[in-house]
Amino acid sequence: MDPLRTLWETFFDWDAMREALPEMLTVGLPNTLILAVSAALLGSVLGMLLAVAGISRTRWLRWPARVYTDVFRGLPAAATILLIGVGLAPLGMQVWGPNPYPLGVLALSLIAAAYIGEIFRSGIQSVEAAQLEGARALGFSWGEAMRLVIIPQGVRRVLPAWVNQLIALIKDSSLVYFLGLVASQRELFRIGQDYAATTGNESALLLAGLCYLALTVPLTHAVNWIDRRLRQGRAVAAPDPDLDVDLVPAGPTGKDPR
Amino acid sequence: MTTTTTATSVSLAVRDVHLAFGAHRVLRGAGLAVARGATACVIGPSGSGKSTLLRTINRLIEPDRGDVLLDGRSVLGDDPDALRQRIGMVFQQFNLFPHMSVLRNITLALRKLKKLPEDEAAQLAREQLDLVGLAAKADARPAQLSGGQQQRVAIARALALRPQVMLFDEATSALDPELVKGVLGVMADLSAAGMTMVVVTHEMGFAREVADTVAFMDAGVVLEAGEPAAVFESPEHPRLRRFLSQVL
Repeated sequence: MDPLRTLWETFFDWDAMREALPEMLTVGLPNTLILAVSAALLGSVLGMLLAVAGISRTRWLRWPARVYTDVFRGLPAAATILLIGVGLAPLGMQVWGPNPYPLGVLALSLIAAAYIGEIFRSGIQSVEAAQLEGARALGFSWGEAMRLVIIPQGVRRVLPAWVNQLIALIKDSSLVYFLGLVASQRELFRIGQDYAATTGNESALLLAGLCYLALTVPLTHAVNWIDRRLRQGRAVAAPDPDLDVDLVPAGPTGKDPR
Repeated sequence: MTTTTTATSVSLAVRDVHLAFGAHRVLRGAGLAVARGATACVIGPSGSGKSTLLRTINRLIEPDRGDVLLDGRSVLGDDPDALRQRIGMVFQQFNLFPHMSVLRNITLALRKLKKLPEDEAAQLAREQLDLVGLAAKADARPAQLSGGQQQRVAIARALALRPQVMLFDEATSALDPELVKGVLGVMADLSAAGMTMVVVTHEMGFAREVADTVAFMDAGVVLEAGEPAAVFESPEHPRLRRFLSQVL
């Protein structure tokens, strides 16, 4: 038997792909997006809290943030998802019934928060101390200075790394299939796997892979575009009153005045 | 040209301020008195504590001991954030916010601290920019301006809050020589308009011409203070004499 021919028939069976495509697009894609986007939002908010706690002068904020980050970065994503999905299942049962989906989102968010927290922290810490002093001298409290001046600058310096983390999150969202989703909750990978299992042909998995690439490759290019804009100092979006996200070169304003 | 509209200046006194960072005693009983509307220039060698003394006035650094008084009343019990709205400060490195336009640099505190509506804050900021000759640069980013222009924006940003005292920390030290004059001009105008000012500077010409008082600092204390003519023409302390011989 011709091995190339076997490969072709196993992964490039167009009929099998065509059969899987509708469910892939109407069930798998929305579910993957819901999982990834909600975990991205929750993970980014948690990550920001971790970042600020991590640079706090209060030991009781700094330490828990440190431990949290070490634990959730150090565990395999699959293990964390299982631990939370199974471990908190009785609790979840009381809150929203026998649905593993919210716990899947929670687990993905908690993992993402650990990485995003470190990304944000490094960005915030890269902002010169003189910026904080300048804001404090105008009469802003520490919290206001952080929120209005330091964090917006810090975050835009690490936007590429943040988007990279979102790409990782899209891929990791496939792991929630461990938790046993019902048919309408299946994301891209699970649908591909189910088709592969029932037909004995892997083409639907390849199709799932192509769907992931359709999501992640544009994001990768968005990162590069943002990065280029950052270095050129061009605006990428309309300013928002508080956290205006138009970009400037992240160059230091100079040496510390003292 | 006047650089301010409605500032009501206050008198300033710094009394016997001590500060140590660990074993390093930066201030050892420094004192300074500035009359209402007067300008004091603080001169002295690097590391003498000039910038630190300036920061104890608006409490960016809290002194270990001593007192700071505005119009005869101690400010050490005040809310430091409220105090800093009354005391403007200009830094050697400008410390403009690079991610905001020039206009937004000025309106940020007006909107968030003074709670002015957007249009009113913008109006006030444009007036203030006009007074430092940069009305045309409102929409530029700080990085698009020269150092001298950035420093004038920083002065406008501080003045927009209508401070009662202005502190200048080596405001021209980071500038190319040809840009120094424009910034010093704005500062001289402000002094003439009756702002109470403390100016840490290496510009001896400015100190001589603009200051009402010149204070010489060395090793954390003000060794000698007086009218510019007295300090520059007949210095008493040997260390002041040595310093002047090096810089003049």
